[in-house]
Amino acid sequence: MSRYFTRLKKRRVYSWIGRPSTIDRKLKHVFYEGLCIKTDGNANTGCIRPGHYILIEGDEDRSYVAKLLKLYDDGTGTRSSKHAEVQWFVRFHEVPQNKRKQLGRDPHPNEVFLYEIPNCDSDIDAETIITTVQVQHLEEDSPFPAAQSQENPLYVKLSWDGKNFSPVNLDLLLQSGGKPMLPASSHTDSLPKPDLEVSRGLAVDSPSRPTRSARQQHSSTSKYSQSKELSDRQPSNVISTPTARKKLQLSNSVKPPGSKLTRDDVLAELLDEDRAVSSLEAEVTRRRAVASKPSSSPSKKPRDLCIRLSPIRGGQITQDHQLANRIQIGPRLQPEELVKRTLKRESGAESTEGETPSKRKDSIKKDAPLDILIEDGGEAGGPVVTMTPRSRRKSAQVSSARIRQQLNYLNRNQSTDFDVDDDEEDVFLPTKKDLRSSSEEESESESESESESVTGRRGSRSAVPRTPRSSRKAPSRTPAKTPNKTPRRTPSKTPVPRTPRTPRHATPSIPSRTQPARKPGNVLEEARARLHVSSVPESLPCREQEFQDIFNFVESKVMDGTGGCMYISGVPGTGKTATVHEVIRCLHHAAEQDELPSFCFIEINGMKMTEPHQAYVQILQMLTGQKATAEHAAALLEKRFSTPAPKRETTVLLVDELDLLWTRKQNVMYNLFDWPTHRQAKLVVLAIANTMDLPERIMINRVASRLGLTRMSFQPYSYKQLQQIITSRLNRVRAFEDDALQLVSRKVAALSGDARRCLDICRRATEICEFSSQRSGSGLVAMSHVMEALDEMFSSPYITAIRCASVQEQIFLKAVIAEFRRLGLEEATFQQVFRQHLALCRVEGLSSVCMSEGLATCLRLGACRLLLLESSHRDLHLRVRLNVSQDDVLYALKEG
Amino acid sequence: MELLIAPAPQSAAWSRRGVPACKARGQEARGKTSGSRRRLPRGWRSEVKGLLQTDDRIALKEITRQLHLENVVGDKVFGSFAENLAFLLEALKKGDRSSSRPVLFILDEFDLFAHHKNQTLLYNLFDVSQSAQTPVAVIGLTCRLDVLELLEKRVKSRFSHRQIHLLSSFRFKQYLEIFKMQLSLPEDFTDRRFAEEWNQNIKSLCEDRSVEDVLQKHFCSSKDFRSLHMLLMLALSRVTVSHPAIKPTDLLEVSRLCTMDSKANILHGLSVLELCLIIAMKHLNDIYDGEPFNFQMVHNEFQKFIQRKSHSVHNFEKPVVIKAFEHLHQLELIKPMEGPSVRTQKEYQLVKLLLDNSQIMDALQKYPQCPTDVKQWAASAFG
Repeated sequence: MSRYFTRLKKRRVYSWIGRPSTIDRKLKHVFYEGLCIKTDGNANTGCIRPGHYILIEGDEDRSYVAKLLKLYDDGTGTRSSKHAEVQWFVRFHEVPQNKRKQLGRDPHPNEVFLYEIPNCDSDIDAETIITTVQVQHLEEDSPFPAAQSQENPLYVKLSWDGKNFSPVNLDLLLQSGGKPMLPASSHTDSLPKPDLEVSRGLAVDSPSRPTRSARQQHSSTSKYSQSKELSDRQPSNVISTPTARKKLQLSNSVKPPGSKLTRDDVLAELLDEDRAVSSLEAEVTRRRAVASKPSSSPSKKPRDLCIRLSPIRGGQITQDHQLANRIQIGPRLQPEELVKRTLKRESGAESTEGETPSKRKDSIKKDAPLDILIEDGGEAGGPVVTMTPRSRRKSAQVSSARIRQQLNYLNRNQSTDFDVDDDEEDVFLPTKKDLRSSSEEESESESESESESVTGRRGSRSAVPRTPRSSRKAPSRTPAKTPNKTPRRTPSKTPVPRTPRTPRHATPSIPSRTQPARKPGNVLEEARARLHVSSVPESLPCREQEFQDIFNFVESKVMDGTGGCMYISGVPGTGKTATVHEVIRCLHHAAEQDELPSFCFIEINGMKMTEPHQAYVQILQMLTGQKATAEHAAALLEKRFSTPAPKRETTVLLVDELDLLWTRKQNVMYNLFDWPTHRQAKLVVLAIANTMDLPERIMINRVASRLGLTRMSFQPYSYKQLQQIITSRLNRVRAFEDDALQLVSRKVAALSGDARRCLDICRRATEICEFSSQRSGSGLVAMSHVMEALDEMFSSPYITAIRCASVQEQIFLKAVIAEFRRLGLEEATFQQVFRQHLALCRVEGLSSVCMSEGLATCLRLGACRLLLLESSHRDLHLRVRLNVSQDDVLYALKEG
Repeated sequence: MELLIAPAPQSAAWSRRGVPACKARGQEARGKTSGSRRRLPRGWRSEVKGLLQTDDRIALKEITRQLHLENVVGDKVFGSFAENLAFLLEALKKGDRSSSRPVLFILDEFDLFAHHKNQTLLYNLFDVSQSAQTPVAVIGLTCRLDVLELLEKRVKSRFSHRQIHLLSSFRFKQYLEIFKMQLSLPEDFTDRRFAEEWNQNIKSLCEDRSVEDVLQKHFCSSKDFRSLHMLLMLALSRVTVSHPAIKPTDLLEVSRLCTMDSKANILHGLSVLELCLIIAMKHLNDIYDGEPFNFQMVHNEFQKFIQRKSHSVHNFEKPVVIKAFEHLHQLELIKPMEGPSVRTQKEYQLVKLLLDNSQIMDALQKYPQCPTDVKQWAASAFG
């Protein structure tokens, strides 16, 4: 369990920056111009301002995307007093499954949709902001940019209003933040997007940068190329690095070669000063992508700096790149990717000095797309490998594997990513078992269900928080530590079943029929079709009150976005499930008409699962399409329902046959009724069972208490109601005589009030009528037909069975009764009965039977349950009882 | 033949939409299974047997296999119980009346399915038949008359309550007809001449008085066809080249075989000592009115007899008597009592006799060269 919460352990510290700008007097809200996020255990801070696109903590390990509109403090001074107003974006997987088809194409993995549902809660706790992200607007018909690195910006093409996708209204997008789709850096840069593209294109095309272009085209998950791109696009993007840290690293880093160093230093100084205003964009983004991974290793900083420094120097971006690259060549900036790059272009030997293991690890983490290495072959890869101690490589591999998982998680739908991974494997593969396993895991998570990728992700995350500490404290320990972590992750992967399972893409379906189904030919057939339980009636008569109650309950919960439970009881066949379905149908209709927020409806049935815990699996599957084991599903659901998610639509969960979800600890029921009590869950549970006092009888107190007192009980139908139901179903198809209908409904009402039974009898009566009318004629179902049907269904078969039994069997039954009378008991042994049997045979003048035959007779009667017998190995001492009343037996035998 | 009362409405309903669950049932060997197999159209059917598919898990796999759903690989069904169930339900749910092929489920030994946990399979099959999903017909076959009482109430509510009882309500005349029909050779039999002769013989057989008596007796004891077939099978196996027709005597002989008392026959093979022990037990039964006894008591009884008639019956050592006693146990003529006495010493273990007095007396009459003293001892009221 604790694994799921590891992310929470990495605390972030939030503080306002800038002076409180506006004061809303009425609300005592104090608006700020920025929010500073400082990650615990990591000296980096980032600043977020209105207009930025941000990632917000979401459920199920996914973050939400939004645009920050306002930042304010509500003045209460409590921990959660920081608020932010946002314009939401949704990712494709957040769109309800049944609506996804409306997109009409495959979503881009990095695609988000502007969320335009008006009454959505746009006020969030500012402390759930994770980081900033880059969002680009694209024209609806323009293709997505080819380069799909993990860190690529998110793209907006369409907006989602809860029902349809429609092109984004750009004004809307711009109006609130003032800033267009650029990742919000604070500076003068107002280069319109196309220019950026151009500039990037320039950089790509520039012949002087072969490696770069290669990298960009191959794309990939490179953090580095990403940050590079970022810097390309946002010349003014600046990093705020704590001074102390930078100092440290400056002092650490060695022998600055002349002019370049000084330039760097100057820039660094500048940056420091600029820090308060600068935003953390790229840096933060990277951190996020690497699973909020350390990023703390000191020696990384300078590289970031130099990368980002370049843009500052003004307009000529390509030159900046060159400059930046040149700066990076300096030996004090050893990040691995730089090393590799430089190795490639120049002599590889220069750069490894002063490299710490942790450094190396980090850099490799960032350096996911090693396709460069592959392309350039051994000359680039060779030197690096030889220069690095083996242990470092191990740790690097481990961490890179982990990174890949992480990245993988970030855009798990991106298929190109897969190839890159393969490439990476080629580079790193040698001997590392853990690497292989992680890549397996990864490929699984790619190709298979979501759940596995979740597993993988979880595993990688759990390892994350440790890394920074270890690398900071004692870099040399990292290699030793990493192996420890690997096995920990491996088990997390074990839930992924490797056993042969049902073929992946088997679609459950029944082949189609060869001949078309026959249409009802006459009135009786028509009536029969209408009377079948399966045909959905136009309305549900006689359940108006119950319908209204349930409707009001669900509607109010959906309206308020709260949760609740309702318990519905009633004997079988009283329309419980049908009524709930009808309610849901109406509510869906209302939602379509915009009278109600949309909601999603899922249904589970205790009888349709093999054991209670499967409920979790089914709910999860219906909610998110994920497959998971019961345990895992429970954890995921728990997490989903306990984390806030303002955009989540209400879920209505129908639990049919609730009593079958009973377990000894009752944890399934407990969870089902506990989730709705979470404020954020927005879950409405409708539980259905047969017995009215089920909560009191089988539930322990804490479960019953959570179920609450919203109860509803469906009374068995009265005969008038049954009559009405049949009439309404027949809907003016005249097939029954009124008397006949009344007879059926009275009979059923007297017995059970089960509407199903009533319909069955009517159907049977029409069949009988049809059969007899072939001879006689009249088309209406009359009393006689109904009587016959009733007889068929309600008459006990015992008497007929006795009459049809063989003579010996009948005599044996007589003997049983005679023996019972003699003994005054309702039980006798076979031996005793058999003596009576022989005597009776003599009286009847039949030839006597032997013991073996007698026993066979007795067992035959036992098999059809006219007699109740012990198991036959007791032979003579077999105890015999009657399963019918003695009177019935005598009656049957007398007549016969 | 009465085999099926399988009514016209049913097959008509079948071709149109799913017949709601319906059950044929009757006593054993009334042709429930063969009838349902024969009459129903060759559609898509899945047949599971309660005796083979002993739980829902296996039954589901078997159904999936027979329906050739897409998760069947070769002839195997993979996946867990939960997956299989979900898959099958999903498959059935996706279909609808107009487009998907109707499916027929035959559940043999229906009552055994009712003993499965939660009756999951039954509930789901019935539920599908009652809802607008793939049209299915469920036919359960059982010999139990009280099977409805085994269904849970929510399962019962979904059951259509259509039952067809296959009861053998025919008279002896029809029985005779059936006998004739079963033995007659068909018209298109290869050897025409033999067929004619044979059929002629069968005809005369039916008119024979003694044959009729045999059949009458058989009919009295049991109306089911399995026992008739057994009788005819034994008779037919006596037909050889030299004995090309069934004679009335054959039937008489066979009938005697069929109605023989198996235990009395065993008694004929016992030694005199063992027989003496049986008689001692009979006396004990008479004295103590069926209460259980142990070896020691039997031995005492036997000793008393020996002492009285020492000249005619050889006195056996006790171990020999024990051996004989054990032999009787092995033949299951005596049966140890269940309960606390199981662990006691052999000699003191309580047993019961599985023979009736009448059987013992009959056997003694027929026992070859039975010493008169022993016979007298058996007949005497008290040891």
